[in-house]
Amino acid sequence: MTRSRDDGMFRFTTAAFAAVVLLIVIAIGVELWRQSFLSIEKFGLHFWTGTIWNPVSGQFGALPFIWGTLYSSILALIIATPISLGIAVFISELSPQMLRQPLTYLTELLAAIPSIVYGLWGIFVLTPIVRKLELAVPDPLKKLPLFSGPPLGVGMGTAALILAIMVVPFTSSVAREILKNVPMAQREAAYALGSTRWEAIKVALGYGKSGIIGAVMLGFGRALGETMAVTMVIGNNPQVSASLFAPQYTMAAVIANEFTEAADELYLHALIEIGLLLFIITIAVNALSRLFIWSMQKRTGRTVILRPAAIEEVAA
Amino acid sequence: MRYATRRKIVSRVAEALCAVAVLLALLPLVLILFYVLKEGAGALNLAFFTQMPKPVGETGGGMANAIVGTLILIGLAGVFAVPIGCLCGIHLAEYPETRFSSVVRFAADVLNGVPSIVVGIFAYGLVVLPFKRFSAIAGGVALGLLMIPIVVRMTEELLRLVPSGLREGALALGATRGRAVFTVIVPAALPGILTGILVALARVAGETAPLLFTSFNNRFWSLDVTQPMASLTVQVFTYAISPYDDWHRQAWAGAFLLVMIILALSIMARLAVRRLERMNRG
Amino acid sequence: MTTFLIDTGTPRRIKAPVMQTQINGMASPAEARIRVRHFDFFYADAKVLHGITMDIPDRQVTALIGPSGCGKSTFVRSMNRMNDIIPDAHGEGVIEIDGRNIYDGGTDVVELRRRVGMVFQKSNPFPKSIFENIAYGLKIGGVRNRRQLSETVEKSLRRAALWDEVKDRLNDSAMALSGGQQQRLCIARALAVDPEILLMDEPASALDPIATTKIEELIWELKENYTIVIVTHNMQQAARVSDRTAFFMLGRLVEYGETNTIFMNPREKMTEDYVTGRFG
Repeated sequence: MTRSRDDGMFRFTTAAFAAVVLLIVIAIGVELWRQSFLSIEKFGLHFWTGTIWNPVSGQFGALPFIWGTLYSSILALIIATPISLGIAVFISELSPQMLRQPLTYLTELLAAIPSIVYGLWGIFVLTPIVRKLELAVPDPLKKLPLFSGPPLGVGMGTAALILAIMVVPFTSSVAREILKNVPMAQREAAYALGSTRWEAIKVALGYGKSGIIGAVMLGFGRALGETMAVTMVIGNNPQVSASLFAPQYTMAAVIANEFTEAADELYLHALIEIGLLLFIITIAVNALSRLFIWSMQKRTGRTVILRPAAIEEVAA
Repeated sequence: MRYATRRKIVSRVAEALCAVAVLLALLPLVLILFYVLKEGAGALNLAFFTQMPKPVGETGGGMANAIVGTLILIGLAGVFAVPIGCLCGIHLAEYPETRFSSVVRFAADVLNGVPSIVVGIFAYGLVVLPFKRFSAIAGGVALGLLMIPIVVRMTEELLRLVPSGLREGALALGATRGRAVFTVIVPAALPGILTGILVALARVAGETAPLLFTSFNNRFWSLDVTQPMASLTVQVFTYAISPYDDWHRQAWAGAFLLVMIILALSIMARLAVRRLERMNRG
Repeated sequence: MTTFLIDTGTPRRIKAPVMQTQINGMASPAEARIRVRHFDFFYADAKVLHGITMDIPDRQVTALIGPSGCGKSTFVRSMNRMNDIIPDAHGEGVIEIDGRNIYDGGTDVVELRRRVGMVFQKSNPFPKSIFENIAYGLKIGGVRNRRQLSETVEKSLRRAALWDEVKDRLNDSAMALSGGQQQRLCIARALAVDPEILLMDEPASALDPIATTKIEELIWELKENYTIVIVTHNMQQAARVSDRTAFFMLGRLVEYGETNTIFMNPREKMTEDYVTGRFG
């Protein structure tokens, strides 16, 4: 009797703490909604489609921030995905055994560097380089919307670049884990039919396709929420522009910059509503990414361990 | 060209491109570490550790308050996150297959993916608004929330590394489950969990966004956790976007210090876990 | 084109070894297709094959038997250099196929593997449609013509005695097939690139008896056109399907000869102990 009661106590106590984690996630959603209802009530859907952000006149349209966040993240994804997959393939399929651990560690290190350090480096090192590149863009190309505007260095292009660097360790580490879980038999089947090495790798990537998509989406989720580094290099100008040269703004950046300046309640609620949307989008993207990775697990019957990058350092 | 030859060339080129991808990722890593070292190490001096920030226009001074502030903030974060994270992790490791566990695991993953700035807003609503004041406690709560998912998953995984023989041995001796966990399993994984916590602390020590409107900033020396508090990261941010060269110099020094702390902790953790694994195997 | 009668149910068409020699008539092996001389194999520093020397005849089934860990799998995987993908593994010596040593420096491994097909212990279909699985080898070889692909897919599936079961669902996922069907699919996939030699590494070990019977019938039919080397831990299977049998033990070839000689009248005591089930 004592024994079962004791076990029940143990189970209950630890479960209570586990429930706290669950509650936190729910509470974040509720709190964000509660703290933004003024803005939600006043603007409704216009909040998401309005392009004017003028706290002085009480006009709050969040479209430029949504645009900036999505555009910068998608650009980052376009740059980071091939690189991340290349790294994952190199480490799991091509690299000599003795290089695997060090390379894994070094790429994980990119995830350990604080965002603020990326930002500092972005302002003082990357921005001048990007500016030189922008100056070097030939005139005919400048007619394209992608390269229009004065070459400032700060702007969408720099932000996308720095985001790409920051996303690489996340995507590549999951993709590497996925490739590790692709059965050797798949590669053997390909080799036995006369595949070259690359063709066998493509078979492995094909087998892990859904997991790889999950890895890419996980990186996307990271990029969407990234704050400091982007804030420091994107130029913080709310406008909807396709130009890589144009200073723009993101959802996270506007919260970081203006939160403590929000003098009236409506302003604050408008900023928190942006936070709410960011929360919803990142949860959706992360959940979707996990679904993809789970469907990969079903296929292999093995668990793909998804670790926060910090754990990777310890348990790798 | 023969098709077979072309395929082989394609394969070679693709393999080479994968190697290039690795170099492309290592390039920014090297560049960042290089600049942090070059700009930061030079700017680091005794005053940086011992003095307070000087008023605008005066050169010199240091970040003594911010260094202490960061330590206090991550201390608070640890106090807040470690009990919740560890006990939650223990539950997940002990009852891995229940529905509740998978929901909690999912929640931890979701929390891990929530942007830190959003967690900052939550801490603002939770602590700053009710007390109508920015405070170190609010910052600690924000950082703690960010730490929890890391501690949870780390504890769970490290507990699973503990050989099952140990647990069975304890249970065979008639220990209850709770007893077996706390007297046998957790102690066996403890070095790993402790180093894991260190890494999680190092990780949140680098956070800036959630501190901007929780612990805010403070130009003065303060140990009062109910008051705004300076932190290395916010201070680096403030200095980085300022127009003064001397502040830029100090921002680099702060970045250097941050990176060194994180590197040291992660290397330490790595060594400790390697030892733990060897112990378990041997 | 050869067509096969699918004899469902009764596995009567499998011939006993005794009958088989009668059919073969002459006891001496046909011309050697694969010639192995003093072949050693190493995983890192561990030597797992010691001086293997044997001739494998054309258009016959050669079975490799022996207790697990005896090197038979390693040996069969050496014949298409499949072991190359294992780090730190290497072979020394000579394996000649059609007079050319495949362990020569200049060997085109990709081409070699196309000519020497392989079927594995566990079926390993790609997570693609049945059609795409069979067409894979052709597609990487540059065949784009849809009609040619369809024809080859049909022909290969017929040869693997799977056509009738899947002809109406070629676009369904191969993963949905039963274990036995998956293995025949893998055989069809190997046949589609038109190899001359077929290596089989315990192709039926993961299958139930009925599926095993089907695979064995198939092997019996395929030897008309292919040189087949099959690794098996199942002695009855070796006795049923093979013309010649090689007995491996601790990385050495102990005895090699006509299957019925190996089973009825082995020269070595060790072989006799193994085939009579005294160890293994």
